[in-house]
Amino acid sequence: MNAPVPYADPVVEVRGIRTRFGAALVHEHVDLDVHAGEIFALVGGSGSGKSTLLREIILLQPPDAGSIRVFGQQVIGLDDAHALPLRRRWGVMFERGALFSSLTVAENVGMVLSEHTDLPPQLIREMAAVKIALTGLPADAGPKYPSELSGGMRKRASLARALALDPELLFLDEPTAGLDPLSATGIDDLVRGLRDGLGLTIMMVTHDLDLMWRVADRVAVLGKGTIAGVGTMAELSQSDDPLVRQYFHGPRGRAALEQAWNRR
Amino acid sequence: MMIARAPAQLTAVASGPGGAVRVVRCTGAWTVHTAAALDRELGAIRWPEAGELLIEGAGVAQLDTAGAWLLHRTVRDLAARGCAARLDGLKPEFAALVALIAAREVPGEPPAGPAPSWLARTGRDAWALAAGGVGYLAFIGETTLALLRTLRQPRTLRWRPILHNVQTAGVEALPITGLLSFLMGIVIAYQGADQLQRFGANIYVVDLVSLAMLRELSPLLTAIIIAGRSGSAYTAQIGTMKVTEEIDALRTIGVGAQELLVLPKLLALVVVMPLLTVYTDVTGVLGGMVMAQSKLGVGFDAFVDRLDEAIQPSSYWTGLAKAPVFAMIVALVGCYRGFQVTGSAESVGTQTTMSVVQSIFLVIVTDALFSIVFLWLDL
Repeated sequence: MNAPVPYADPVVEVRGIRTRFGAALVHEHVDLDVHAGEIFALVGGSGSGKSTLLREIILLQPPDAGSIRVFGQQVIGLDDAHALPLRRRWGVMFERGALFSSLTVAENVGMVLSEHTDLPPQLIREMAAVKIALTGLPADAGPKYPSELSGGMRKRASLARALALDPELLFLDEPTAGLDPLSATGIDDLVRGLRDGLGLTIMMVTHDLDLMWRVADRVAVLGKGTIAGVGTMAELSQSDDPLVRQYFHGPRGRAALEQAWNRR
Repeated sequence: MMIARAPAQLTAVASGPGGAVRVVRCTGAWTVHTAAALDRELGAIRWPEAGELLIEGAGVAQLDTAGAWLLHRTVRDLAARGCAARLDGLKPEFAALVALIAAREVPGEPPAGPAPSWLARTGRDAWALAAGGVGYLAFIGETTLALLRTLRQPRTLRWRPILHNVQTAGVEALPITGLLSFLMGIVIAYQGADQLQRFGANIYVVDLVSLAMLRELSPLLTAIIIAGRSGSAYTAQIGTMKVTEEIDALRTIGVGAQELLVLPKLLALVVVMPLLTVYTDVTGVLGGMVMAQSKLGVGFDAFVDRLDEAIQPSSYWTGLAKAPVFAMIVALVGCYRGFQVTGSAESVGTQTTMSVVQSIFLVIVTDALFSIVFLWLDL
């Protein structure tokens, strides 16, 4: 879409985030940057607060302390009226799709357009069909209801909705969780295709080592309340940090690593 | 936004014979925010019927999928009409986006079938109604079987959910049912007061209030409150469990949904509803007493004395006998509607509405049947 505009600052800038749930300290001190045009993956064990951090960035939940800037603007403490222009510049794909179950897939996508633009109904239908096609769904998926779709199709439909307003920044929560290997590979290609084709910045939370090897430009490992390591996959696989090693040199990590080397 | 937006513009240069457009110059931001205006302008251009046309895109400063779709659609539509349109001068990344849209384009959505005629719709609705009736019968049968299985092995009865339901549907409903029936007693006494005073028959307010409350109003009122309070909750709970596949999970674990979800609710309501009815009998008559004293000058002593003559034990029992039946209706309709929920959040809402409407409807119809039966039996 737009010529990738070089941001002087990172697209997402997280500084000193602290989050506490009752007695449990989820984030002690989290810093991270996501740069324009990159595919950034946030990983970590279950309960390490990846999804919580994502929810904090997209204004669904405030952290206890720290600062989060998106497109250079402080998002913490922003009220809904001021958050709206920001929210229109990013799209979010939720882990379980979060499609509106009473609307068809095409209506799910079109609803975002009719809320935020003045496009005529015919053009909205066409744009919804374009987005649905962009995510690789068959044409007959449009008039279907979410309950009639498979898990993989639901994720793609959710992605189509996230893309409805042509966001500059896309957040993906577990884009491949619960998918068979073939569908997951399809999502890999889709994520990279979208970044290359639409010039998006993509930040995703994932467990999927294959996905990271295949598409992520940089990866941050979240553990023990802070960022244990950040860098390319090749850099991280050389890291000495015990948490990072545990993640990348477990049996699964090893298999993905070998596969990635064999592909070269 | 980070880029100062050049307004999107579309200039049609007419140079062909008869004023037909030969060159279209596009400039500015072709994005989702300008697409509506651009769509109108594109529609207003007099496109040539044949020949060649140049779409000049060098001036496009911003292009997103909406803009790319408009460009692609224009070229495609023109080609379909036999006019060779060429898109020229776009920046490489914009051209790539248009190519991406073109590559991923799928044939337009299939046209919706013709709307069914009224006859077909009537038939379908009638069929759905009949199927719903059969579904109720099947559900009652399943629940009865589950009940018989449980009665054969009383140890399998789930006491904890039953007691929990007694607490939520019964004990926690005491304030609201008590208050409403108290008010109902006041209203009846108040309405009757004028008529009775005219005949100097003040004392008969006791008969009026106690018979109306005991025989009809208190079981009916209790059932209606419980249908709105607990029946709807049953539907929403079971419906949500259906959406999140918890019902399927129960089945795979080998726990009957009937035994775990329906029987405790049914048994709890059958126990609780008669108790609530006795309670609302008392509060309703109390309401009448208060009104009788303040409006008709019938003191509490006189009221209680007269109460002995006004009501027979049969008045009390006929009211009480309805309560367990109403309880079964409310519990079964609430649970059945919950199981009818399909995949969507909207469906939970629809079924909850239907649950309350149908259980109140059935309660009132059953109440009418009871009146007829009691008349025959001369009770």
